[in-house]
Amino acid sequence: MTRTETKARAGLDAETLRLMYRHMLRSRLLDERLWVLNRQGRAPFWISAEGHEAVQVAFGMNLRPQYDWVAPYYRDLALTLVLGMTPKDHILSVLQRADDPNSGGRQMPAHYGCRRLNIISTGSSVGTQLLHACGIALASRMRGEDAVTFTSIGEGGTSEGDFHEALNFAATHKLAVVFLVENNGFAISVPWQKQMPTEDVADRAKGYGIPGVIVDGCDAIACYRVAREAVKRARRGDGPTLIEAKVLRLTSHSSDDDQRRYRTSEELESDKERDSLLRFKATLEELGVLTAGDADEMRAELVIELNEATEQAELAPLPAADTAMLHVYAEPGDWRG
Amino acid sequence: MTGVAEKTYIEAIRDGIREEMQRDDRVMILGEDVGAKGGVFGVTEGLQKEFGEARVLDSPLAESLIVGVAIGAAMNGLRPIAEIQFQDFIMPAMDQIVSEAAKMRYRSNGDWGVPMVLRSPFGGGVHGALYHSQSIEAIFAHIPGLRVVVPSTPYDAKGMIISALRDPDPVLYFEHKRCYRAIKGEVPDGEYTVPLDRARVVREGTDIAVFSYGMMVHSSLEAVDRLAADGFSCEVVDLRSLRPIDREAIVASARKCGKVLIVQESNLAVSVASEVAAIISEDCFDSLDAPVMRLGGPEIPAMPFSPPLEQFYLVTPNKVEAKLRELAAY
Repeated sequence: MTRTETKARAGLDAETLRLMYRHMLRSRLLDERLWVLNRQGRAPFWISAEGHEAVQVAFGMNLRPQYDWVAPYYRDLALTLVLGMTPKDHILSVLQRADDPNSGGRQMPAHYGCRRLNIISTGSSVGTQLLHACGIALASRMRGEDAVTFTSIGEGGTSEGDFHEALNFAATHKLAVVFLVENNGFAISVPWQKQMPTEDVADRAKGYGIPGVIVDGCDAIACYRVAREAVKRARRGDGPTLIEAKVLRLTSHSSDDDQRRYRTSEELESDKERDSLLRFKATLEELGVLTAGDADEMRAELVIELNEATEQAELAPLPAADTAMLHVYAEPGDWRG
Repeated sequence: MTGVAEKTYIEAIRDGIREEMQRDDRVMILGEDVGAKGGVFGVTEGLQKEFGEARVLDSPLAESLIVGVAIGAAMNGLRPIAEIQFQDFIMPAMDQIVSEAAKMRYRSNGDWGVPMVLRSPFGGGVHGALYHSQSIEAIFAHIPGLRVVVPSTPYDAKGMIISALRDPDPVLYFEHKRCYRAIKGEVPDGEYTVPLDRARVVREGTDIAVFSYGMMVHSSLEAVDRLAADGFSCEVVDLRSLRPIDREAIVASARKCGKVLIVQESNLAVSVASEVAAIISEDCFDSLDAPVMRLGGPEIPAMPFSPPLEQFYLVTPNKVEAKLRELAAY
């Protein structure tokens, strides 16, 4: 298939498609490694992004790193990698090392944050980041910048009051915010039917007078198109979009959960077959963008990176106990606004 | 040319905000009714006209939003003032204040911070009943990562709002409603700052040290004046900052006088007065001539509406005087 034909079918060039797959695979391999470290007893906690990668990579590739702003939530591992964080960064966090760029070993893993990349620090309270995103967008607008602020949340978080407050405010002021709901159907163990009266979170956009878009979060190409449009719309000043990606939670909620207690084995098996990585790989092979050999080579390269990252992170020191007293208030050298 | 003028407490806050907004275009205000109306008490009167709707932004009726948006704006380079109309209504924003603003610097290992000021009126005696009279500053004084200040004079009100706007961390700036128009004092024109972590000896004395803050400083001064006529010399300390609290100043005055009364409008259990009393018992045990005494509101949920009930709650100069005489006689 020629380059033009591929582009015509996917709407994207081969290079973009391959890069997208590479980002997804990189996140998945890291995720699997972090589970291993947890099960080996070397990491006390992990909360996975497996099944959410496609839509995160789609947004990551459509944002301008270090210019646009990101207020993520705890499943956004793949997103942070696309924006410039590294597997080593996250292994340092899981191993609670002093050099963890997210928090210096202070927070649980998957509480992302990186000043260099405009990824704001996130805590464990669900939904608060959506309002931070609105404030960030307000500040960008006051300086006359066309930066886009991306923020994300699970469908569980959409029951929080901050979800409504943020959408209402962003829509009222036509802020350049993109809201992504990664709907995997479960708030830990509670299925969506017990969380909300209607199946689609995106329907709520109507109430705020903004576009609400549903995308199959297992279809990487569809995710890319939706992400591109929402980011463009925000950047040109047309206001926020609410995107709902129907994703799969391929793992338990966290390393402390066992979803076999509340989901059937048939359901879990069927989810595995719908995995976006398998599907995207098959699509790319069909489009002639990726051969089986390419994929193997990519994987081998990424495993080398991962092994090196793991080794380096394991050698890194833990924080000294007395540093616990630092950064309650601004220390010399801290960011001061 | 700079001069000094007699101003009310509310004018002093507004002057401080206006001047800082003129000097620093990162400063903006966000809150309910802060724009055309100028706030329900009039603190931000005229500011939207001078600085425009973007910098003096009327928010929806949503307190978590006011604080959450201010946090985001601060992280992206602004110096927002989030106004919560009454301290009583801060509760929906607790998560944003305690889980987010207070912990941002710590949890990011110094990478991020929240240079935000949260202003809110508090206190009773204005027929505000249960939900427009509370004094809940102690809840915030408990939280590491926050600064909590309560100016009691126009001079401090202006200097401390300017300091708060220049501080790199979240500052909760609480204004006693009865100070707004009742308290007048000399305020210099132009730029000056007042530290956010220092108490101030308002009246020097040797027999009893009175620690207080906000409107209760004025009630204490009135009571102390009555005792002075009978030859008792009281020292009055305005705490000004509740977090961090000025331990050194508390210890110095307690040791000097040997008798201590702590006066606040809030109820006493697990309060600012409890903390001051604890500091004195830790550091001044050998200097005390009497038990540390506290005067505050009763242990009821909040200040009721009807005048006899409201008066029952309030800490008045008469009540302070009675407590001081009890302590003097000990």
